[in-house]
Amino acid sequence: MKKTYRFTCIVCPLGCALEVEVENGKIGEVKGYTCPRGKEWAIEEVTNPKRVVMSVIKVRNGALPTVSVKTAEPVPKEKIPELMEFLSKLEVDAPVNVGDVIAEWHGVKIVATRGA
Amino acid sequence: MNDLPMLNYDVVVIGGGPAGMAAAVRAKKLGLKVLLLDDNDYLGGILPQCIHPGFGLHYFKEELTGPEFAARFAKRLVELGVDYRTAARVLEIKNYSDLEKVVVFSSPSGAYQVWTRTIIYAAGARERHAFEIGIVGDRGAGIYTAGEAQTLMDIYGVMPGKEIVIVGSGDVGLIMARRFALEGAKVKAVIELMPYPGGLARNIMILRDFDIPLYLSHKVVEVRGKERVERVKIVKVDENLREIPGTEFWIEADTLIISAGLVPNVKLLTAIGVEIDPATGGPVVNDLFETSVPGIFAAGNSVIINDLVDYVAEQGELAAEGARLFIDKEGIPTRRWIKLEKGENVRLLVPHYLSGERDVWIYARVSKPMENVEVRFPEIGKKLRLPVVKPAEMLRVKLRREEIAKARDGITMEVVPL
Repeated sequence: MKKTYRFTCIVCPLGCALEVEVENGKIGEVKGYTCPRGKEWAIEEVTNPKRVVMSVIKVRNGALPTVSVKTAEPVPKEKIPELMEFLSKLEVDAPVNVGDVIAEWHGVKIVATRGA
Repeated sequence: MNDLPMLNYDVVVIGGGPAGMAAAVRAKKLGLKVLLLDDNDYLGGILPQCIHPGFGLHYFKEELTGPEFAARFAKRLVELGVDYRTAARVLEIKNYSDLEKVVVFSSPSGAYQVWTRTIIYAAGARERHAFEIGIVGDRGAGIYTAGEAQTLMDIYGVMPGKEIVIVGSGDVGLIMARRFALEGAKVKAVIELMPYPGGLARNIMILRDFDIPLYLSHKVVEVRGKERVERVKIVKVDENLREIPGTEFWIEADTLIISAGLVPNVKLLTAIGVEIDPATGGPVVNDLFETSVPGIFAAGNSVIINDLVDYVAEQGELAAEGARLFIDKEGIPTRRWIKLEKGENVRLLVPHYLSGERDVWIYARVSKPMENVEVRFPEIGKKLRLPVVKPAEMLRVKLRREEIAKARDGITMEVVPL
């Protein structure tokens, strides 16, 4: 059975229109990408979709009550609700600097993207 | 107000977002005495609340979140020793002459007046609100603009609601749809007036990621709920955006998010008679982003609504170069300005006037989506082909100095099918 997946590349803001052919569970032709990162992502999107996740966590005694964070690498899409649950329970003390590793979740670093 | 303490600068930058910070950094590097004023409590404009990625790919050649992009510029600003005041609200600009201007501001340390030779106005934009887009009904709690919801969630850690309807499929609306979905709220629908989505293609993916229904050619016309929003009324529209009778339906929701576009903040500029372009909502500018009042420059979303922060920073830097030239020459020395005119399928563009003395980036938006097009400047014989143009995606085209210099009077920009 041959199936064609069509979606938009989200690797960068260019937003290339991608097409991935899958036949009997095997990746066939990939079309529409303009860079190697796009091609790689297209294949991953069909086989094991992942996303970098951004959120905010609570911060004590900071200038603002939250600090923004991101995962240092993309995480599997189906694990995102579990990660959000984990983040919602975190709380850190100020000061926090941009780039600080705030926590680790299944080996994925949670990095501060704002100072607090 | 004449007895307020007087400060003295070469350039006052109004606004501490990406345009203002980029302008201040460049102006300082060019040897000017710079003061940056921002009415918020922290630098960065709206960037600190834009916690999603997609910032700085052109400028820093890497993908950053909004707060990270802002932090990099703030660091440069501090390292260079640029004077800045936060929580400083500019009350008035006075334009005494080309090289004598006064900016009056209030701040927690008191009110001041600043004598300055140039001003770079980078005050950003405001969001259009519910009453501007024809929504009637009750005024219960639970109606926010997308930016307000973003401030609540991503600065203050407060969840604005549980069952959400979003008006507008532009980038801000889609990004907030994802934030709500991630934080466990139910996004019941995104309602888009136009027959096509308003955001960048990569953000449309969000709808697929979270199974959020998108209603194209629909509008929200009414909101009901005395204490708090309870339901919103949706109606289908025809190709002329007229409501189609009999197509009304209700969606139950406790929160209505308005993401219906941005409008440049130009109040302080109009007060001193700066000419405004009705198409962009921002000032008419030349190729150094100088407004119709000599020595007053503008940059970023207060000039034209940009989709990439990189362009905003670029405009800030250009305005700073303009301020340096203005001070050196006691005015921009250009004698002949070539008008850039809008042709077929061009809804808006900046800059409006070109000198032909320097290369220029043209920022423009089309009126309607088209495939396989040519962007043409017939008077100077320049053409370039593009596979696709969309109103949501800004066109950025470089015109070289020699190309512009070929024009006799005006230059027209048109986007035509091949």
